[in-house]
Amino acid sequence: MRAMVYRGPYKVRVEEKPKPRIEHPNDAIIRVQLGAICGSDLHLYHGMMPDTRVGTTFGHEFIGVVDEVGPSVQSLKVGDRVMVPANIYCGSCFYCTRGLYSNCHNVNPNATAVGALYGYSHTTGGYDGGQAEFVRVPFADVGPTIIPEWMDDEDAVMLTDALSTGYFGAQLGDITEGDTVVVFGAGPVGLYAAKSAWFMGAGRVIVIDHLDYRLEKARTFAHAETYNFTEYDDIVVHLKRITDWFGADVAIDAVGAEADGNFLQHVTAAKLKLQGGSPIALNWAIDSVRKGATVSVMGAYGPIFSAVKFGDAMNKGLTLRMNQAPMKRQWPRLFEHIQAGHLKPSDIVTHRIPLEHIAEGYHIFSSKLDDCIKPLVVVGEH
Amino acid sequence: MPYTANKPEPATREELRARIPGWGVDLDPADRPSVPRERFDLNGTGAHWDFPDRQPEGDQPRERSIEHGMLPPVFGTAAPLHGVSGAIRRFAYDRFSEGRAAHWLLLIAGDRVDAWGAHLRSLATLRPDNPITQTGVVSELRHGLTARVGRKRADVNHQWIDPILVAGPWVLVGLGALAGVRALLRGKR
Repeated sequence: MRAMVYRGPYKVRVEEKPKPRIEHPNDAIIRVQLGAICGSDLHLYHGMMPDTRVGTTFGHEFIGVVDEVGPSVQSLKVGDRVMVPANIYCGSCFYCTRGLYSNCHNVNPNATAVGALYGYSHTTGGYDGGQAEFVRVPFADVGPTIIPEWMDDEDAVMLTDALSTGYFGAQLGDITEGDTVVVFGAGPVGLYAAKSAWFMGAGRVIVIDHLDYRLEKARTFAHAETYNFTEYDDIVVHLKRITDWFGADVAIDAVGAEADGNFLQHVTAAKLKLQGGSPIALNWAIDSVRKGATVSVMGAYGPIFSAVKFGDAMNKGLTLRMNQAPMKRQWPRLFEHIQAGHLKPSDIVTHRIPLEHIAEGYHIFSSKLDDCIKPLVVVGEH
Repeated sequence: MPYTANKPEPATREELRARIPGWGVDLDPADRPSVPRERFDLNGTGAHWDFPDRQPEGDQPRERSIEHGMLPPVFGTAAPLHGVSGAIRRFAYDRFSEGRAAHWLLLIAGDRVDAWGAHLRSLATLRPDNPITQTGVVSELRHGLTARVGRKRADVNHQWIDPILVAGPWVLVGLGALAGVRALLRGKR
Protein backbone atom coordinates (compact mmCIF):
# COMPACT_ATOMS: atom_id res chain seq x y z
CA MET A 1 0.00 0.00 0.00
CA ARG A 2 1.03 3.64 -0.36
CA ALA A 3 1.82 5.41 2.88
CA MET A 4 3.51 8.51 4.18
CA VAL A 5 6.65 7.56 6.08
CA TYR A 6 8.89 9.59 8.36
CA ARG A 7 12.52 9.73 7.24
CA GLY A 8 13.96 11.99 9.96
CA PRO A 9 13.34 15.56 11.14
CA TYR A 10 11.70 17.71 8.43
CA LYS A 11 11.66 14.81 5.97
CA VAL A 12 8.78 12.59 4.89
CA ARG A 13 8.02 10.67 1.73
CA VAL A 14 5.42 8.33 0.29
CA GLU A 15 6.47 4.75 -0.26
CA GLU A 16 5.16 1.20 -0.51
CA LYS A 17 4.57 -0.50 2.84
CA PRO A 18 2.99 -3.84 3.66
CA LYS A 19 -0.75 -3.56 4.20
CA PRO A 20 -1.53 -3.78 7.94
CA ARG A 21 -2.97 -7.03 9.23
CA ILE A 22 -5.28 -8.07 12.03
CA GLU A 23 -3.05 -8.45 15.11
CA HIS A 24 -5.73 -8.73 17.79
CA PRO A 25 -9.23 -10.26 17.67
CA ASN A 26 -10.89 -6.84 18.02
CA ASP A 27 -8.84 -5.12 15.32
CA ALA A 28 -10.25 -3.73 12.11
CA ILE A 29 -8.40 -2.67 8.99
CA ILE A 30 -9.72 0.59 7.59
CA ARG A 31 -9.25 1.73 4.00
CA VAL A 32 -8.59 5.41 4.46
CA GLN A 33 -10.51 7.89 2.33
CA LEU A 34 -9.68 11.21 3.90
CA GLY A 35 -7.15 12.24 6.49
CA ALA A 36 -5.60 15.42 7.79
CA ILE A 37 -2.35 16.83 9.07
CA CYS A 38 -2.73 18.05 12.63
CA GLY A 39 -0.69 20.86 14.17
CA SER A 40 0.63 18.31 16.62
CA ASP A 41 1.94 16.20 13.72
CA LEU A 42 4.36 19.06 13.18
CA HIS A 43 6.02 18.29 16.53
CA LEU A 44 6.79 14.82 15.16
CA TYR A 45 7.83 16.23 11.82
CA HIS A 46 10.26 18.59 13.55
CA GLY A 47 11.79 15.76 15.57
CA MET A 48 10.54 17.02 18.93
CA MET A 49 8.72 13.90 20.11
CA PRO A 50 11.01 11.26 21.64
CA ASP A 51 10.97 7.81 20.04
CA THR A 52 9.71 8.87 16.64
CA ARG A 53 11.06 6.08 14.48
CA VAL A 54 12.03 6.21 10.83
CA GLY A 55 9.51 4.32 8.73
CA THR A 56 6.46 5.11 10.84
CA THR A 57 3.34 6.63 9.31
CA PHE A 58 1.78 9.67 10.93
CA GLY A 59 -1.86 10.68 11.03
CA HIS A 60 -4.42 10.54 13.83
CA GLU A 61 -7.23 12.29 11.94
CA PHE A 62 -8.88 10.07 9.34
CA ILE A 63 -12.08 8.48 8.09
CA GLY A 64 -12.54 5.51 5.82
CA VAL A 65 -14.24 2.24 4.98
CA VAL A 66 -13.97 -1.00 6.94
CA ASP A 67 -11.88 -3.39 4.86
CA GLU A 68 -11.44 -6.29 7.29
CA VAL A 69 -12.49 -7.12 10.85
CA GLY A 70 -11.08 -9.41 13.52
CA PRO A 71 -13.06 -12.41 14.85
CA SER A 72 -14.40 -10.67 17.99
CA VAL A 73 -15.66 -7.50 16.27
CA GLN A 74 -19.43 -7.16 16.72
CA SER A 75 -20.36 -3.58 15.83
CA LEU A 76 -18.72 -3.11 12.42
CA LYS A 77 -18.80 -4.98 9.15
CA VAL A 78 -16.84 -4.76 5.94
CA GLY A 79 -18.00 -1.78 3.90
CA ASP A 80 -19.10 0.42 6.80
CA ARG A 81 -17.97 4.05 6.52
CA VAL A 82 -16.43 5.06 9.80
CA MET A 83 -14.82 7.99 11.57
CA VAL A 84 -12.05 6.98 13.93
CA PRO A 85 -11.23 8.99 17.05
CA ALA A 86 -7.58 9.96 17.41
CA ASN A 87 -7.38 8.13 20.74
CA ILE A 88 -6.82 4.37 20.79
CA TYR A 89 -8.53 2.98 23.90
CA CYS A 90 -9.76 -0.32 25.30
CA GLY A 91 -13.05 0.80 26.85
CA SER A 92 -12.59 -1.38 29.93
CA CYS A 93 -9.67 -0.15 32.05
CA PHE A 94 -9.93 2.05 35.17
CA TYR A 95 -9.63 5.20 33.08
CA CYS A 96 -11.84 4.27 30.13
CA THR A 97 -14.71 3.25 32.41
CA ARG A 98 -14.60 6.76 33.85
CA GLY A 99 -14.70 8.42 30.45
CA LEU A 100 -10.99 9.23 30.34
CA TYR A 101 -10.50 7.57 26.97
CA SER A 102 -7.36 9.52 26.21
CA ASN A 103 -5.74 8.09 29.35
CA CYS A 104 -6.33 4.39 28.57
CA HIS A 105 -3.87 2.14 30.40
CA ASN A 106 -4.16 -0.92 28.17
CA VAL A 107 -2.81 0.34 24.86
CA ASN A 108 0.58 1.96 25.38
CA PRO A 109 3.51 -0.09 26.69
CA ASN A 110 5.97 2.72 26.02
CA ALA A 111 4.62 5.21 28.54
CA THR A 112 2.18 5.43 31.41
CA ALA A 113 1.94 9.22 31.29
CA VAL A 114 0.13 9.29 27.96
CA GLY A 115 -2.48 7.09 26.30
CA ALA A 116 -2.24 5.93 22.71
CA LEU A 117 -2.76 7.76 19.45
CA TYR A 118 -2.56 6.72 15.84
CA GLY A 119 0.69 7.64 14.14
CA TYR A 120 2.14 9.63 16.98
CA SER A 121 5.51 8.00 17.78
CA HIS A 122 6.26 5.03 19.96
CA THR A 123 5.90 7.26 23.00
CA THR A 124 2.16 7.00 22.37
CA GLY A 125 2.20 3.29 21.67
CA GLY A 126 3.92 2.73 18.34
CA TYR A 127 0.84 2.55 16.12
CA ASP A 128 0.95 3.54 12.47
CA GLY A 129 -1.39 6.36 11.47
CA GLY A 130 -3.91 7.15 8.80
CA GLN A 131 -1.87 9.08 6.26
CA ALA A 132 -1.87 5.88 4.23
CA GLU A 133 -4.19 3.74 2.16
CA PHE A 134 -4.88 1.37 5.06
CA VAL A 135 -4.56 1.52 8.82
CA ARG A 136 -4.92 -0.96 11.66
CA VAL A 137 -7.61 0.18 14.12
CA PRO A 138 -7.48 -1.62 17.49
CA PHE A 139 -10.65 -2.06 19.56
CA ALA A 140 -12.96 -1.68 16.61
CA ASP A 141 -16.00 -2.12 18.87
CA VAL A 142 -14.92 0.84 21.00
CA GLY A 143 -13.43 3.66 18.94
CA PRO A 144 -14.81 3.88 15.39
CA THR A 145 -18.31 5.18 14.75
CA ILE A 146 -20.35 4.84 11.58
CA ILE A 147 -20.56 8.22 9.87
CA PRO A 148 -24.15 9.48 9.84
CA GLU A 149 -25.69 9.75 6.38
CA TRP A 150 -26.18 13.48 6.73
CA MET A 151 -22.60 14.27 7.65
CA ASP A 152 -20.05 15.58 5.16
CA ASP A 153 -16.76 13.69 5.02
CA GLU A 154 -14.75 16.83 5.71
CA ASP A 155 -16.84 17.57 8.79
CA ALA A 156 -16.40 13.98 9.96
CA VAL A 157 -12.62 14.12 9.70
CA MET A 158 -12.54 17.36 11.70
CA LEU A 159 -14.44 15.60 14.49
CA THR A 160 -11.77 12.92 14.85
CA ASP A 161 -9.53 15.38 16.69
CA ALA A 162 -9.41 19.13 16.05
CA LEU A 163 -13.05 20.02 16.67
CA SER A 164 -13.44 17.62 19.57
CA THR A 165 -10.25 18.96 21.14
CA GLY A 166 -11.29 22.59 20.79
CA TYR A 167 -14.72 21.85 22.24
CA PHE A 168 -13.18 19.86 25.10
CA GLY A 169 -10.73 22.70 25.76
CA ALA A 170 -13.57 25.16 26.18
CA GLN A 171 -15.23 22.77 28.64
CA LEU A 172 -12.05 22.52 30.70
CA GLY A 173 -12.19 26.30 30.98
CA ASP A 174 -15.30 25.96 33.16
CA ILE A 175 -16.83 28.92 31.35
CA THR A 176 -19.78 30.59 33.02
CA GLU A 177 -22.18 33.10 31.52
CA GLY A 178 -20.60 36.41 30.68
CA ASP A 179 -16.99 35.26 31.08
CA THR A 180 -14.24 36.83 29.04
CA VAL A 181 -12.32 34.04 27.33
CA VAL A 182 -8.95 34.53 25.68
CA VAL A 183 -7.71 31.87 23.26
CA PHE A 184 -4.05 31.76 22.39
CA GLY A 185 -3.59 30.40 18.87
CA ALA A 186 -5.85 30.75 15.84
CA GLY A 187 -5.06 27.36 14.39
CA PRO A 188 -7.80 24.75 14.03
CA VAL A 189 -8.04 23.88 17.74
CA GLY A 190 -8.00 27.54 18.75
CA LEU A 191 -10.69 28.45 16.23
CA TYR A 192 -12.92 25.63 17.44
CA ALA A 193 -12.25 26.47 21.10
CA ALA A 194 -13.19 30.10 20.46
CA LYS A 195 -16.36 29.06 18.68
CA SER A 196 -17.22 26.62 21.50
CA ALA A 197 -16.66 29.24 24.19
CA TRP A 198 -19.74 31.07 22.88
CA PHE A 199 -21.80 27.87 23.17
CA MET A 200 -20.93 27.84 26.88
CA GLY A 201 -22.08 31.39 27.41
CA ALA A 202 -18.95 33.49 27.06
CA GLY A 203 -19.64 37.21 27.03
CA ARG A 204 -16.51 38.06 25.13
CA VAL A 205 -14.06 35.89 23.15
CA ILE A 206 -10.59 37.16 22.29
CA VAL A 207 -8.14 35.33 20.02
CA ILE A 208 -4.39 36.03 19.94
CA ASP A 209 -2.01 34.98 17.15
CA HIS A 210 0.68 36.46 14.91
CA LEU A 211 -0.75 35.39 11.57
CA ASP A 212 -3.23 37.92 10.23
CA TYR A 213 -4.93 35.48 7.88
CA ARG A 214 -5.73 33.19 10.79
CA LEU A 215 -6.98 36.09 12.88
CA GLU A 216 -9.26 36.99 10.00
CA LYS A 217 -10.67 33.45 10.18
CA ALA A 218 -11.09 33.87 13.95
CA ARG A 219 -13.24 36.93 13.28
CA THR A 220 -15.38 35.38 10.56
CA PHE A 221 -15.64 31.78 11.77
CA ALA A 222 -15.51 32.26 15.53
CA HIS A 223 -16.91 35.82 15.81
CA ALA A 224 -13.93 36.67 17.98
CA GLU A 225 -12.19 39.90 18.81
CA THR A 226 -8.59 39.46 17.63
CA TYR A 227 -5.16 40.86 18.32
CA ASN A 228 -1.86 40.23 16.57
CA PHE A 229 0.70 40.01 19.36
CA THR A 230 3.49 41.33 17.13
CA GLU A 231 1.73 44.71 17.11
CA TYR A 232 2.02 45.15 20.87
CA ASP A 233 5.06 45.67 23.00
CA ASP A 234 3.63 43.31 25.62
CA ILE A 235 0.50 41.32 24.84
CA VAL A 236 -0.09 40.58 28.53
CA VAL A 237 -0.35 44.28 29.34
CA HIS A 238 -2.58 44.81 26.33
CA LEU A 239 -4.95 42.09 27.50
CA LYS A 240 -5.09 43.67 30.93
CA ARG A 241 -5.79 47.07 29.38
CA ILE A 242 -8.70 45.85 27.24
CA THR A 243 -10.30 43.98 30.15
CA ASP A 244 -10.45 46.97 32.49
CA TRP A 245 -7.21 45.74 34.09
CA PHE A 246 -8.75 42.47 35.29
CA GLY A 247 -7.47 40.01 32.70
CA ALA A 248 -9.63 37.30 31.20
CA ASP A 249 -11.69 34.93 33.32
CA VAL A 250 -10.60 31.94 31.25
CA ALA A 251 -7.60 31.34 29.00
CA ILE A 252 -7.14 28.49 26.55
CA ASP A 253 -3.68 27.55 25.32
CA ALA A 254 -4.27 26.22 21.81
CA VAL A 255 -0.66 26.55 20.68
CA GLY A 256 1.55 24.16 22.60
CA ALA A 257 5.12 23.10 22.06
CA GLU A 258 6.19 25.34 19.19
CA ALA A 259 4.81 28.67 20.31
CA ASP A 260 6.34 31.83 18.91
CA GLY A 261 6.79 35.20 20.53
CA ASN A 262 10.03 34.65 22.42
CA PHE A 263 13.11 33.71 20.41
CA LEU A 264 14.97 32.03 23.27
CA GLN A 265 12.02 29.92 24.39
CA HIS A 266 11.21 28.85 20.85
CA VAL A 267 14.76 27.97 19.86
CA THR A 268 15.59 26.07 23.06
CA ALA A 269 12.43 24.00 22.65
CA ALA A 270 11.67 23.59 18.96
CA LYS A 271 15.19 23.69 17.53
CA LEU A 272 17.53 22.51 20.29
CA LYS A 273 15.02 20.17 22.03
CA LEU A 274 16.19 21.33 25.47
CA GLN A 275 12.59 21.78 26.63
CA GLY A 276 9.52 19.62 26.13
CA GLY A 277 7.91 22.61 24.53
CA SER A 278 8.10 26.36 24.21
CA PRO A 279 5.56 27.51 26.81
CA ILE A 280 5.18 31.08 25.55
CA ALA A 281 1.43 30.87 25.03
CA LEU A 282 0.97 29.07 28.33
CA ASN A 283 2.98 31.70 30.19
CA TRP A 284 1.02 34.47 28.50
CA ALA A 285 -2.16 32.67 29.53
CA ILE A 286 -1.00 32.45 33.15
CA ASP A 287 0.03 36.08 33.26
CA SER A 288 -2.88 37.58 31.35
CA VAL A 289 -5.82 36.06 33.21
CA ARG A 290 -7.31 37.52 36.35
CA LYS A 291 -6.58 36.08 39.76
CA GLY A 292 -8.63 32.95 40.45
CA ALA A 293 -9.07 32.28 36.74
CA THR A 294 -8.93 28.97 34.90
CA VAL A 295 -6.33 28.10 32.29
CA SER A 296 -7.19 25.25 29.93
CA VAL A 297 -4.22 23.69 28.17
CA MET A 298 -5.01 22.06 24.83
CA GLY A 299 -1.61 22.68 23.27
CA ALA A 300 0.54 19.55 23.09
CA TYR A 301 3.87 19.50 24.91
CA GLY A 302 6.63 16.93 24.94
CA PRO A 303 7.42 14.80 27.98
CA ILE A 304 10.49 16.61 29.28
CA PHE A 305 10.39 19.77 31.38
CA SER A 306 9.30 23.15 30.06
CA ALA A 307 9.97 26.56 31.61
CA VAL A 308 6.43 27.25 32.82
CA LYS A 309 5.72 30.13 35.24
CA PHE A 310 4.19 28.09 38.03
CA GLY A 311 5.02 30.75 40.61
CA ASP A 312 2.65 33.21 38.98
CA ALA A 313 0.02 30.50 38.61
CA MET A 314 0.26 29.65 42.30
CA ASN A 315 0.27 33.21 43.53
CA LYS A 316 -2.74 34.10 41.38
CA GLY A 317 -4.70 31.11 42.61
CA LEU A 318 -5.22 29.79 39.10
CA THR A 319 -6.84 26.51 38.21
CA LEU A 320 -4.85 24.76 35.49
CA ARG A 321 -6.83 22.11 33.63
CA MET A 322 -5.56 19.94 30.82
CA ASN A 323 -5.73 16.58 29.12
CA GLN A 324 -5.68 15.03 25.71
CA ALA A 325 -9.29 15.18 24.62
CA PRO A 326 -11.43 12.03 24.80
CA MET A 327 -12.77 12.58 21.28
CA LYS A 328 -15.69 10.23 21.07
CA ARG A 329 -17.19 11.54 24.30
CA GLN A 330 -17.76 14.87 22.56
CA TRP A 331 -19.36 13.46 19.44
CA PRO A 332 -23.06 13.09 20.32
CA ARG A 333 -23.31 16.74 21.37
CA LEU A 334 -21.20 17.99 18.48
CA PHE A 335 -23.34 16.02 16.05
CA GLU A 336 -26.32 17.95 17.46
CA HIS A 337 -24.55 21.29 17.08
CA ILE A 338 -23.58 20.58 13.48
CA GLN A 339 -27.10 19.43 12.59
CA ALA A 340 -28.55 22.52 14.25
CA GLY A 341 -26.31 24.71 12.12
CA HIS A 342 -24.36 26.19 15.02
CA LEU A 343 -21.10 25.47 13.23
CA LYS A 344 -19.74 24.01 10.01
CA PRO A 345 -16.44 22.32 10.92
CA SER A 346 -15.04 22.20 7.39
CA ASP A 347 -15.21 25.99 7.10
CA ILE A 348 -11.62 26.15 8.33
CA VAL A 349 -10.20 23.70 5.75
CA THR A 350 -7.85 25.50 3.38
CA HIS A 351 -5.93 22.75 1.59
CA ARG A 352 -6.75 19.35 0.15
CA ILE A 353 -3.48 17.57 -0.56
CA PRO A 354 -3.17 14.25 -2.40
CA LEU A 355 -1.27 11.66 -0.37
CA GLU A 356 1.44 11.54 -3.03
CA HIS A 357 2.22 15.22 -2.41
CA ILE A 358 2.23 15.03 1.35
CA ALA A 359 5.82 16.22 1.74
CA GLU A 360 4.83 19.57 0.28
CA GLY A 361 1.74 19.55 2.47
CA TYR A 362 3.88 19.21 5.58
CA HIS A 363 6.15 22.04 4.52
CA ILE A 364 3.28 24.35 3.58
CA PHE A 365 1.54 23.71 6.91
CA SER A 366 4.73 23.86 8.95
CA SER A 367 5.96 27.09 7.37
CA LYS A 368 2.48 28.65 7.23
CA LEU A 369 2.63 29.16 3.47
CA ASP A 370 -0.31 29.93 1.18
CA ASP A 371 -2.47 31.05 4.14
CA CYS A 372 -2.70 27.46 5.33
CA ILE A 373 -4.94 26.76 8.31
CA LYS A 374 -6.02 23.14 7.92
CA PRO A 375 -4.69 20.72 5.29
CA LEU A 376 -6.63 17.57 4.53
CA VAL A 377 -4.94 14.54 3.00
CA VAL A 378 -6.85 12.99 0.15
CA VAL A 379 -6.19 9.29 -0.16
CA GLY A 380 -6.97 7.17 -3.20
CA GLU A 381 -9.82 8.29 -5.41
CA HIS A 382 -11.77 10.14 -2.74
CA MET B 1 -11.46 47.87 37.60
CA PRO B 2 -10.47 45.26 40.18
CA TYR B 3 -9.79 47.95 42.74
CA THR B 4 -13.53 47.96 43.44
CA ALA B 5 -16.04 45.12 43.77
CA ASN B 6 -17.73 45.02 40.39
CA LYS B 7 -16.72 43.93 36.91
CA PRO B 8 -17.88 45.61 33.69
CA GLU B 9 -21.28 44.35 32.55
CA PRO B 10 -21.04 41.91 29.63
CA ALA B 11 -23.32 42.08 26.63
CA THR B 12 -26.86 40.87 27.27
CA ARG B 13 -28.12 37.39 26.33
CA GLU B 14 -30.32 38.90 23.65
CA GLU B 15 -27.44 40.77 22.05
CA LEU B 16 -25.22 37.70 22.09
CA ARG B 17 -27.90 35.35 20.73
CA ALA B 18 -28.57 37.77 17.91
CA ARG B 19 -24.91 37.98 16.96
CA ILE B 20 -23.49 34.50 17.67
CA PRO B 21 -24.99 31.30 16.17
CA GLY B 22 -25.50 28.80 18.97
CA TRP B 23 -24.68 31.18 21.80
CA GLY B 24 -25.50 29.55 25.12
CA VAL B 25 -26.55 26.12 23.82
CA ASP B 26 -24.18 24.57 26.37
CA LEU B 27 -24.82 27.17 29.03
CA ASP B 28 -25.53 24.71 31.84
CA PRO B 29 -22.15 23.38 33.04
CA ALA B 30 -23.80 20.20 34.31
CA ASP B 31 -25.02 19.44 30.79
CA ARG B 32 -21.65 19.45 29.07
CA PRO B 33 -20.30 16.12 27.77
CA SER B 34 -17.05 16.25 29.72
CA VAL B 35 -18.52 17.58 32.98
CA PRO B 36 -17.67 16.14 35.40
CA ARG B 37 -14.52 14.88 33.82
CA GLU B 38 -14.77 11.43 35.39
CA ARG B 39 -18.18 9.83 34.78
CA PHE B 40 -19.49 6.27 34.85
CA ASP B 41 -22.80 7.06 33.14
CA LEU B 42 -21.65 7.23 29.55
CA ASN B 43 -23.83 4.39 28.23
CA GLY B 44 -20.96 1.97 27.90
CA THR B 45 -17.95 2.10 25.66
CA GLY B 46 -18.64 -0.85 23.39
CA ALA B 47 -16.17 -3.05 25.25
CA HIS B 48 -17.50 -6.59 25.74
CA TRP B 49 -14.64 -7.80 27.92
CA ASP B 50 -13.41 -7.13 31.45
CA PHE B 51 -9.85 -7.35 30.27
CA PRO B 52 -8.96 -7.45 26.57
CA ASP B 53 -7.47 -10.47 24.85
CA ARG B 54 -3.73 -10.29 24.68
CA GLN B 55 -2.07 -9.44 21.38
CA PRO B 56 0.80 -11.87 20.60
CA GLU B 57 4.12 -10.31 21.53
CA GLY B 58 6.05 -11.28 18.41
CA ASP B 59 9.63 -12.35 17.88
CA GLN B 60 11.30 -10.07 20.41
CA PRO B 61 10.16 -8.82 23.82
CA ARG B 62 8.13 -5.64 23.40
CA GLU B 63 9.90 -2.72 25.05
CA ARG B 64 7.90 -1.07 27.79
CA SER B 65 8.10 1.61 30.41
CA ILE B 66 9.32 0.32 33.78
CA GLU B 67 6.39 2.25 35.27
CA HIS B 68 4.06 -0.40 33.83
CA GLY B 69 3.25 -3.34 36.09
CA MET B 70 2.93 -5.61 33.06
CA LEU B 71 2.89 -5.45 29.31
CA PRO B 72 -0.42 -3.89 28.27
CA PRO B 73 -2.53 -6.26 26.19
CA VAL B 74 -2.50 -4.21 22.98
CA PHE B 75 0.34 -2.25 21.42
CA GLY B 76 1.63 -0.85 18.19
CA THR B 77 4.01 -2.68 15.90
CA ALA B 78 4.87 0.13 13.49
CA ALA B 79 8.65 -0.08 13.78
CA PRO B 80 10.20 -2.72 16.03
CA LEU B 81 13.55 -1.93 17.63
CA HIS B 82 16.58 -2.71 15.51
CA GLY B 83 20.29 -1.95 15.27
CA VAL B 84 22.20 0.65 17.26
CA SER B 85 19.19 2.95 17.64
CA GLY B 86 17.20 0.00 18.93
CA ALA B 87 19.86 -0.75 21.54
CA ILE B 88 19.85 2.86 22.72
CA ARG B 89 16.07 2.91 22.94
CA ARG B 90 15.87 -0.43 24.76
CA PHE B 91 18.42 0.80 27.29
CA ALA B 92 16.31 3.95 27.82
CA TYR B 93 13.20 1.83 28.44
CA ASP B 94 14.88 -0.82 30.59
CA ARG B 95 16.94 1.50 32.77
CA PHE B 96 15.11 4.80 33.26
CA SER B 97 11.54 5.66 34.24
CA GLU B 98 9.49 8.29 32.46
CA GLY B 99 10.29 10.61 35.33
CA ARG B 100 13.97 10.73 34.40
CA ALA B 101 15.30 13.16 31.80
CA ALA B 102 17.82 10.49 30.79
CA HIS B 103 14.96 8.33 29.52
CA TRP B 104 13.75 10.96 27.09
CA LEU B 105 17.15 12.30 26.09
CA LEU B 106 18.32 8.79 25.24
CA LEU B 107 15.19 8.25 23.16
CA ILE B 108 15.88 11.46 21.24
CA ALA B 109 19.50 10.32 20.76
CA GLY B 110 18.12 7.03 19.43
CA ASP B 111 15.92 8.98 17.03
CA ARG B 112 18.90 10.81 15.56
CA VAL B 113 20.96 7.62 15.23
CA ASP B 114 17.95 5.98 13.57
CA ALA B 115 17.57 8.84 11.08
CA TRP B 116 21.24 8.90 10.21
CA GLY B 117 21.38 5.17 9.81
CA ALA B 118 18.34 5.27 7.54
CA HIS B 119 19.86 8.05 5.43
CA LEU B 120 23.10 6.13 4.98
CA ARG B 121 21.34 2.87 4.21
CA SER B 122 19.16 4.64 1.65
CA LEU B 123 22.29 5.58 -0.31
CA ALA B 124 22.74 1.90 -1.08
CA THR B 125 19.22 1.56 -2.50
CA LEU B 126 17.53 2.53 -5.75
CA ARG B 127 15.67 5.25 -3.89
CA PRO B 128 18.12 7.26 -1.79
CA ASP B 129 16.81 9.96 0.49
CA ASN B 130 16.19 13.17 -1.42
CA PRO B 131 16.30 16.25 0.80
CA ILE B 132 14.61 18.38 -1.86
CA THR B 133 11.48 16.29 -2.36
CA GLN B 134 11.27 14.95 1.19
CA THR B 135 11.36 18.37 2.84
CA GLY B 136 8.71 19.72 0.46
CA VAL B 137 10.85 22.80 0.13
CA VAL B 138 9.88 23.30 -3.52
CA SER B 139 6.64 24.82 -2.25
CA GLU B 140 8.78 27.77 -1.18
CA LEU B 141 9.14 28.70 -4.85
CA ARG B 142 5.40 29.30 -5.17
CA HIS B 143 4.55 30.64 -1.75
CA GLY B 144 7.69 31.51 0.21
CA LEU B 145 7.93 35.21 -0.50
CA THR B 146 4.25 36.07 -0.46
CA ALA B 147 3.82 34.27 2.85
CA ARG B 148 6.52 36.29 4.54
CA VAL B 149 7.16 39.65 2.91
CA GLY B 150 5.08 42.45 4.40
CA ARG B 151 3.52 40.20 7.00
CA LYS B 152 3.90 40.60 10.73
CA ARG B 153 5.07 37.07 11.44
CA ALA B 154 6.89 36.21 14.65
CA ASP B 155 8.39 33.01 13.25
CA VAL B 156 10.52 34.57 10.52
CA ASN B 157 13.25 35.34 13.05
CA HIS B 158 14.06 31.66 13.53
CA GLN B 159 13.08 30.00 10.25
CA TRP B 160 16.61 30.50 8.96
CA ILE B 161 17.71 27.85 11.45
CA ASP B 162 15.67 25.10 9.77
CA PRO B 163 17.85 24.67 6.65
CA ILE B 164 20.91 24.53 8.90
CA LEU B 165 19.32 21.80 11.00
CA VAL B 166 18.37 19.81 7.91
CA ALA B 167 21.36 20.34 5.65
CA GLY B 168 24.06 21.23 8.18
CA PRO B 169 24.98 17.69 9.21
CA TRP B 170 25.17 16.61 5.55
CA VAL B 171 27.50 19.50 4.76
CA LEU B 172 29.68 18.68 7.77
CA VAL B 173 29.89 15.01 6.83
CA GLY B 174 30.69 15.96 3.23
CA LEU B 175 33.45 18.30 4.32
CA GLY B 176 34.79 15.65 6.67
CA ALA B 177 34.82 13.05 3.90
CA LEU B 178 36.56 15.49 1.57
CA ALA B 179 39.17 16.25 4.21
CA GLY B 180 39.68 12.54 4.76
CA VAL B 181 40.20 11.88 1.05
CA ARG B 182 42.65 14.75 0.77
CA ALA B 183 44.57 13.48 3.78
CA LEU B 184 44.76 10.02 2.23
CA LEU B 185 46.02 11.43 -1.06
CA ARG B 186 48.64 13.51 0.74
CA GLY B 187 49.76 10.41 2.62
CA LYS B 188 50.25 8.48 -0.62
CA ARG B 189 52.45 11.23 -2.03
